[in-house]
Amino acid sequence: MRDFKQLAIGAAVAVGVGLTGVMAPAAQAQDSNYVPLLTYRTGPYAGSGIHIANGMHDYLKMLNERDGGIGGVKLELEECETGYNAQKGVECYEATKGKGALVYNPYSTGITLQLIPKASVDKIPVLSMGYGLSAAADGNVFPWVFNVPDTYWDGASVVIKYIGQQEGGLENLKGKKIGYIFLDAGYGREPIPLLEQLAEKYGFELLQYAVPGAEMQNQSSQWLNVRRDRPDYMVMWGWGAMNPTAIKEAVKIRFPMDKFIGVWWSAGDDDAAAGGDGAKGYKAMNFSGVGSDFPALADIQEHVIDAGLSSTDAASVGGTLYNRGVLNSVIIAEGIRTAQELTGKKVITGEDMRMGLEALDLDEARLEELGLKGFAHPMKVTCEDHAGSHPVFIQQWNGEKWQQASDWIEPMTDLVRPLLEAAAKEYAEKNAPWPARTEPCPN
Amino acid sequence: MLYDIFIDPFVQMYDMPDFFLQVLWEGFVAGILYALIALGFVLIFKASGVFNFAQGIMVVFAALTLVGFHENGVPAYMALVLTVFVMGILAYGVERIVMRPLVNQPEIILLMATIGLTYFLVGFGEFVFGGEPKQMITEELGLPTGSTAFEIGERGLIILQHIDIAAAVIAVIMVTALGIFFNKTRIGRALRAVADDHQAALSVGISLNQIWAIVWFAAGLVALATGIMWGARSDVSFALEIVAFKALPVLILGGFTSIPGAIVGGLIIGFGEKIGELYWGGLVGGGVESWLAYIIALVFLLFRPQGLFGERIIERI
Repeated sequence: MRDFKQLAIGAAVAVGVGLTGVMAPAAQAQDSNYVPLLTYRTGPYAGSGIHIANGMHDYLKMLNERDGGIGGVKLELEECETGYNAQKGVECYEATKGKGALVYNPYSTGITLQLIPKASVDKIPVLSMGYGLSAAADGNVFPWVFNVPDTYWDGASVVIKYIGQQEGGLENLKGKKIGYIFLDAGYGREPIPLLEQLAEKYGFELLQYAVPGAEMQNQSSQWLNVRRDRPDYMVMWGWGAMNPTAIKEAVKIRFPMDKFIGVWWSAGDDDAAAGGDGAKGYKAMNFSGVGSDFPALADIQEHVIDAGLSSTDAASVGGTLYNRGVLNSVIIAEGIRTAQELTGKKVITGEDMRMGLEALDLDEARLEELGLKGFAHPMKVTCEDHAGSHPVFIQQWNGEKWQQASDWIEPMTDLVRPLLEAAAKEYAEKNAPWPARTEPCPN
Repeated sequence: MLYDIFIDPFVQMYDMPDFFLQVLWEGFVAGILYALIALGFVLIFKASGVFNFAQGIMVVFAALTLVGFHENGVPAYMALVLTVFVMGILAYGVERIVMRPLVNQPEIILLMATIGLTYFLVGFGEFVFGGEPKQMITEELGLPTGSTAFEIGERGLIILQHIDIAAAVIAVIMVTALGIFFNKTRIGRALRAVADDHQAALSVGISLNQIWAIVWFAAGLVALATGIMWGARSDVSFALEIVAFKALPVLILGGFTSIPGAIVGGLIIGFGEKIGELYWGGLVGGGVESWLAYIIALVFLLFRPQGLFGERIIERI
């Protein structure tokens, strides 16, 4: 009897909780634009995720506090903790999509892959800024997915191009060994097809070193392999605890750090600092601003951090990953603003947001207007190209902070684009019946 | 193919002796660290017959507490003392709140309790310390950093990290101390009695509560040492919890109740996985390290189901 009573109480609580969840969408204010933020502040990837989450939150919060939102309409922000776990990410999506979500930023290639088929069904775009499925850059096949400013394939082509520059020309890569150490997940495996194509084209040997998620902090075998293979350069696609461990291991085997180049997600300040003095010279790609000397960041400091509306440690403002989160929110905000202009509506829907993102044109003048002059390369999205293959620069760790170490480098668009289109076509065939694009082009 | 399996690895070892020695050293260090983690599991298992699922998070929790105190201005050695104190409180709390109400319950219940404890410590740890990785206060604790390189021949080089040498020394000291404590003291004998039968131990006047608190405290100290060493090699983050489960094959191999078994098992797994990965891993595309340890353990199990040093259990019906 006692058990039955406990069961009944438990069931009542569960139903209550469930009803609260179901009722929640109705409780959403109709005079605001709802932006769910899929973040991770816990778990093995929190070291990277916290900075991104803070940057994303703080910029949008600053717009609310300074400007009263966008177009006079406040943003309703809600974070949902995914722990970088695809299953939890989908749960977050399902729990929030009914609240009028405008856009999803999964911050995980695994979650992005899960959400791509849902986007066109639920009419909510996915913005995977510089990550996710590279082929999704083909807007004709993936009208609901945006990976501006670059795909991983763009990044892979930039890093090879940069190595070519260091060697005096791409033709000099013939006979070289380039090692690729990567998180053994959808994210880390994504650029491999392109790297293999580039290896074949330019005649270098691609050596692959996979790091399983469970072994992120136990990489001595991978780096012993590196020591034995003696690659001329190392390229890293790491995330979370993998990054600082890899940098420490590289220092340990005395790998020349100026020949070790990370993707833009292996560019955290904490990642490089973990290697101590030995990490001096480590390089990483980047497409967002370095440092905090931007008026918009000063506004964040004043309106959000100093006002106690954020959990951000003031010292982390201007860090690479924090700035990346800010750039992500700039794209969200500009997508909303563009959608408002296109539709004439203040409170927009996911469909409106899709059009806003597709018409995104963040030129130099607009960046300056936003207080972010030089914070990013101007970027533009078209209906055909949802990534844009924008230039990327290389930054270098000087032992204390990152410094820009190259000019903007254009991806090998002529090589990457046909491969992207072929991959998009293949994806659609494998996932048949993949819906043909019917969405109007706002450009 | 046969050449690649049976000849080439040995040719490589011969051709690059410095590299082979480096692999052996790395295997030794990994083995020592696995053994340290396994020790924590063994201590709890000996006392309560339960696999302590929370050992991994105890490693993280202990290391985070240490670094957390230091970040708040507490000098390193004082932070170390305070962390030991916190691990003592944790042990007492686990005994009072988790273990005591479950005396004489089936082992699976105790296992479930430690799983619950794991999730509590994850949440509590993230609440108190945040989710960001922290750097171990290696130098502040007086632990050596840097490395020494030995040149062999024209291009040969062996690099020994000082922290790895310290890890080996600390592991030896800890194992010796624990061995003496559990084999030569009254509490140690009481612990073995508790491990055999809770009720029988109670009937001869052994305080189950005291034994459990002591053994959880000892496991906490081992977790702290492990956390410092692993944290110095990478970072102190919640990802370390997963690394702790590398001790599983060590336990299968060495036996769940043997301290020497944890050491020998750790070393076999450490050497085995490094040599396997570096010399044979390439044949299957690499990445064999994560499962090779289990294969090694399973092969041993075929011949000694109780593990190398485990006690053979004969139950009379």
